[in-house]
Amino acid sequence: MKHTLALPLTLALGLASPALAGPDPESLSTGLTPEAWQEVRAAAEGQTVYWHAWGGSTTTNAFIDWVGTRVKEEYGVTLEHVKLSDTADAVGRVLAEQQAGQNEDGAVDLIWINGPNFAAMKGQNLLFGPFAESLPNWQYVDVENKDVQTDFTVPVEGYEAPWAMAQVVFIHDEARLPEPPRSMAALLEWAKANPGRFTFPQPPDFLGSTFLKQALIDLNGTDEALSEPVDAADDYAASTEALWSFIDALTPNLWRQGRAYPQTGPRQLQLIADGEVDLAISFSPGEASAAIANNELPPTARTYVLDGGTLGNASFVAIPYNSSAKSGAMIVADFLMSPEAQARAQDPEVLGYGTVLAMDKLGADERAAFEALDLGVATLSPEELGKAQPEPHPSWTTRLTEDWIAKHGVKE
Amino acid sequence: MSLPRATLPALTIALLTLPVGLGLFFTLAPALGYMLPPGPAPFMQLMDWPGIGPATRLSLTTGLAATALSLAITALVAAGWQGTRAFTILHRLLSPLLSVPHAAAAFGLAFLIAPSGWLARALSPWLTGWQTPPDLLIVQDSAGLALIAGLTAKETPFLLLMLLAARSQTRSEAHARVATTLGYPRAVGWLLVAFPALYAQIRLPVYVVLAYSMSVVDVAMILGPNTPPTLAVQITRWMSDPDLSLRGVAAAGALWQLALVLSTLALWRLGEALAAGAGRALATSGHRLPGLSAGLKALGLALGLAVALSVLAGLASQALWSVAGYWGYPDALPDALSVKTWMRHGPMLWPVALTTLFVAAAAALAALALVTGCLEAEARHGFRMGAGGRLILYLPLLIPQIAFLPGLQVLMLTLGLREGLWPVVLSHLTFVLPYTLIALAGPYHAIDPRSFTVAAALGTSPAGRFWRLRLPLLLAPLLTAFAVGFAVSVGQYLPTLLLGGGRVTTLTTEAVALTSGGDRRAIGAYALAQTAAALLPFALALAIPRLAFANRKGMRGG
Repeated sequence: MKHTLALPLTLALGLASPALAGPDPESLSTGLTPEAWQEVRAAAEGQTVYWHAWGGSTTTNAFIDWVGTRVKEEYGVTLEHVKLSDTADAVGRVLAEQQAGQNEDGAVDLIWINGPNFAAMKGQNLLFGPFAESLPNWQYVDVENKDVQTDFTVPVEGYEAPWAMAQVVFIHDEARLPEPPRSMAALLEWAKANPGRFTFPQPPDFLGSTFLKQALIDLNGTDEALSEPVDAADDYAASTEALWSFIDALTPNLWRQGRAYPQTGPRQLQLIADGEVDLAISFSPGEASAAIANNELPPTARTYVLDGGTLGNASFVAIPYNSSAKSGAMIVADFLMSPEAQARAQDPEVLGYGTVLAMDKLGADERAAFEALDLGVATLSPEELGKAQPEPHPSWTTRLTEDWIAKHGVKE
Repeated sequence: MSLPRATLPALTIALLTLPVGLGLFFTLAPALGYMLPPGPAPFMQLMDWPGIGPATRLSLTTGLAATALSLAITALVAAGWQGTRAFTILHRLLSPLLSVPHAAAAFGLAFLIAPSGWLARALSPWLTGWQTPPDLLIVQDSAGLALIAGLTAKETPFLLLMLLAARSQTRSEAHARVATTLGYPRAVGWLLVAFPALYAQIRLPVYVVLAYSMSVVDVAMILGPNTPPTLAVQITRWMSDPDLSLRGVAAAGALWQLALVLSTLALWRLGEALAAGAGRALATSGHRLPGLSAGLKALGLALGLAVALSVLAGLASQALWSVAGYWGYPDALPDALSVKTWMRHGPMLWPVALTTLFVAAAAALAALALVTGCLEAEARHGFRMGAGGRLILYLPLLIPQIAFLPGLQVLMLTLGLREGLWPVVLSHLTFVLPYTLIALAGPYHAIDPRSFTVAAALGTSPAGRFWRLRLPLLLAPLLTAFAVGFAVSVGQYLPTLLLGGGRVTTLTTEAVALTSGGDRRAIGAYALAQTAAALLPFALALAIPRLAFANRKGMRGG
């Protein structure tokens, strides 16, 4: 299977730069030379990049649209946003192409990807790379304090480029719930006293799985076993005992007594606006401010994190091995890491996503753009957010999700 | 028209059967263990899924209930009111609903009936005392009642129009009149005498409704239960799971869904025989059932109105959401109105709307040309489509889409064909063709053949009779058939997604992608645009004959 990777690598970088014609992975991970980058730029001009990304959020769609305008102006790259209702559709597409032997000129050029989808694609050798750490804007990325080199503990190794930091926050309506519960144990007590006022997105929705992981970590404390694959953790039952008794006690006190769940995160926000629930989980610290600006949440909505801290991870883009526009895709991935795009993404009027860049690596002007941002009434400062807890290995996501589905997801 | 007599019918049959057959083969191959890495047998995994029992039962009960209800409402409305002014009004109200895309109707209904929905808001808190919405499981209830309601609201208009089209081919009204003169109350007489003959004509459309209701994905995702979901929704989830080994399970599920649909069709057929026996016994018993008639009439009108109003109010709520500022519970109306959503989505809407219109126009035109050619070949050469032919026609509608479209995608890739606009048009054609033929066949056969005999006697060639007599006479039905085909194309989700490789964006794919988020304003805007696109040709189909034949009332059609 190594061949399927080597071939496109040769194609993209070989075409881009005669000097790199026999690509040496070592030289790639230390960065493209400025000359080689010029070649990538030249090859990218006129290319059309089909970016497969979740299309369920108006604000994200508008941001991607803006990225398209900018890379067109700057690099002559045309960006088409293929709006997915589920990222896995794009994974399935690449897999179908691989099965059909379509090893070049595939339909997917760039994917917004994370965790299990990334692990699956990397494991199946469906990704082009490594490329991310060779991109010019990688120099600004905060590799010391931000977890951008592993994705759910799976080493990224340059096969995807980070473009946003996410951290779990809880959204509450201050007008109805001024003192929200700040630990999972407190959440259970509050839910028992106020049945029907809380729910979470239904696993396997990623935010639903995130709720399970967050509960596990909050109830147990960070466990070394979580960074290992579940199979290697000999004590899965012991590690999850507290979680399942928590879930069993919580479920009858959930919205609709746990007989129905919202399908996605944004639907939970609508439930708050509808007055159906008082509390929602979110993976985007700025989402509440953006939703207030967009009339989707009451102006009294606020966010907070648990006293013990919350999970965080980075959002990435990856390039399939058979992308038809690898140079163009690298241009887009690089542009997403640029100070300009990062400052815009952090603006709560636009997206409210956390930046992947290190402020001390930026120039004074670039830093000023970030400092000038009004993060919005419902967004926590970096200090209030605290340091993010690391994601468990993706096999935990899979196992917890499967077990939840078996216990609670199909009981009618 | 000098084509060999069988060319167009053969081409049409190929377009109907090849995609289904090849797609089925390539979808099911993984279920049977081909084209997959070794692992636990997909069928074992399917049967091990803890939700398989409830999901299967849900698919059965919601499909059967929605079909029986739609058919019952259709029959009651026609039985009690056919020929009256109320019927004309109800018919006018229901016809445009046919073109409302399923997802749009489902969303409207969901917002209407939810505990925090429009009905509750209108009555709260002054009447209900609900300061916060009650924690009631109305939408996505475990029994699938909301799903049944949504499907019924969408399928009743379809069956009613089918029933009206079938009238010309039976002497149902004359028979019903005889029953009335024999002392049967109007509604009872109609049900006992006219309905059986009409039902024989609309049997296949009823099967289509049954197969569709059992395997629908978008409506079930919005209104159906989710712990567990219906079988079709779960198959779609497996199909898109990051764990790629689940694709074999999805294929096994698709096969299971197919078997389920086929056996339920057989079950329905059995039910037909039982109902026919019961009806015959009742008819020969001579009971006139006078007390029943008034009740049936009232029930028919109430249910018909409920169907029409729920869809219309649902659409109205979406229109309102698309211009709403903040709109919290329990306000019956938004705080403020704003054009922000339209300003934001308008520029993105146009190119998408153009693609939608292009694909729909291309598929509907191609279908119209093929269907007209087939019917003309039939008329000239005197052969009629038998029962087998009609079954082929309905094949793409009777086989669940989820069972053959993924295979079709794999096939295309294997052949090295590029996904894109034309594959999408072709795949739409497979679904547009049957509906176009359904819409046109009746009027085509209803034309008095004696006009053609006269024209032939005057020396007009077959081609001349076709162009100068047949087509002008059929202008109104042709336009209606085109509009039906157009609306069918506008509503297609899965074929557009799979055969367009994600690169062909239509109003429907955009709307469904947006529904995975929660932005009701954007969903409302796209749902309205989608509905407008589907309604446009219906409006033209009404207007054009009126303009073209302004001085010939008999040619304007209905």
